[in-house]
Amino acid sequence: MILELRGVHRTHGTGETAVHALRGVDLGVAAGELVAVMGPSGSGKSTLLNLAGGLDSPSQGEVVVEGEVLGTLNRKQLARLRRRFVGYVFQDLNLLASLTAVENVALPLELDGMAVRKARKLAAAALDEVALAELAPRFPDEMSGGQQQRVAIARALVGDRRLVLADEPTGALDSQTGEAVLRLLRARVDAGAAGVLVTHEARHAAWADRVVFLRDGVVVDTTSPVGEPEQLLGVQA
Amino acid sequence: MSIRHGLLALLERGPMYGYQLRAAFEESTGATWPLNIGQVYTTLSRLERDGLVRPLPENDGGQRPYELTDLGRAEIAVWFVTPISRTDRPRDELAIKLALALTTPGVDVRAVVQTQRTATIQTLQELTRLKQRSDDPGDLSWRLILDAMVFQAEAEVRWLDHCEASLVRYRPSAPGSAAVAPEAADDRSEARK
Ligand SMILES: Nc1ncnc2c1ncn2[C@@H]1O[C@H](COP(=O)(O)OP(=O)(O)OP(=O)(O)O)[C@@H](O)[C@H]1O
Ligand SMILES: [Mg+2]
Repeated sequence: MILELRGVHRTHGTGETAVHALRGVDLGVAAGELVAVMGPSGSGKSTLLNLAGGLDSPSQGEVVVEGEVLGTLNRKQLARLRRRFVGYVFQDLNLLASLTAVENVALPLELDGMAVRKARKLAAAALDEVALAELAPRFPDEMSGGQQQRVAIARALVGDRRLVLADEPTGALDSQTGEAVLRLLRARVDAGAAGVLVTHEARHAAWADRVVFLRDGVVVDTTSPVGEPEQLLGVQA
Repeated sequence: MSIRHGLLALLERGPMYGYQLRAAFEESTGATWPLNIGQVYTTLSRLERDGLVRPLPENDGGQRPYELTDLGRAEIAVWFVTPISRTDRPRDELAIKLALALTTPGVDVRAVVQTQRTATIQTLQELTRLKQRSDDPGDLSWRLILDAMVFQAEAEVRWLDHCEASLVRYRPSAPGSAAVAPEAADDRSEARK
């Protein structure tokens, strides 16, 4: 397992006003596995993703990434693990306005100590994968929402990330581009990463091996692993 | 959707006779599916033959109410928890099933919604697998057919999401308005005469 959540609770605030964003979630994601998380607004999807990426810590239970219990790491170790192993696409894109597209994508690699030249080269290749090679020198405010989103995706996939976490990565994209992004994510996972995708769109969730349904901070259902699809079309064929 | 399951679901609310069943059925399905009384009686006699309902003594007005047997109760419970397969159903069965689930005592409507959602997304996953395999540009027409099925299934999931969101706010209304108590159905059939 690359990612494991064990009995995870996350409560915001205390007493009367406490919000129980997650209430006892268990989830394991293996290498080569893409898990989609669906659920109504406020059901705890982003909370789950933030915990998985070590951006937030559970009130109870533990989060394990690559065999490391996140709660036992110091800040420096945690930051290193995040940079090296975890790629994110956030719900709000979090591109740095003062950096160009290619600089944004290269940033995590450079922070991790990679030589600038090499990092920029990998970043340019990642931008090419999302069909943005020409826009590499542009700043975020010179790009459309969908283009910025693709930059964020390139940033999450660049380098050797073993765990890719994406929160509504297809929000501002048309259906073709959205599907291209899912194919990229799928390809990365098929190459050995573990992925968690939060989405409202069933069509996108369907790229996952497993779909987990959250409601009020609890997993209420999960699809079983996908079998052979041919029988589905037996009637029409 | 079979009229059979519709009538069984209605009888879960309590014994009813033919005209009451017809009125309740039309009310539950928003009159999208008019039934004639002959269909109701034929279906009732088949249900009786199969041991799913049993007739009660005639009332003063000469009408014979029917009630569910344990077998009938089991049958309707199974129907509500079984997802409908996209390959073998007329499109509206799902809508009608939810409409009935809403007014049938003891049915967990959110669970009915979730069961269907899981099944439909599973279908979507299978379709997506097929799409993933056909990368050849020459396969475009095939891919577009798959896409048509994908979008249909997606529309169904969206509608289920919408249903669930509406359910969160739903409070059953007073007897006699939406939920059809036998007396209410009685009044209406009187009025129609
Ligand atoms: N910092 C916080 N303080 C208090 N409550 C919070 C905080 N962050 C999230 N919550 C609450 O926790 C619950 C889960 O939030 P979360 O962001 O995980 O939902 P979500 O499923 O991602 O929703 P959406 O689909 O709208 O993005 C919500 O009720 C939210 O209001
Ligand atoms: Mg969110």
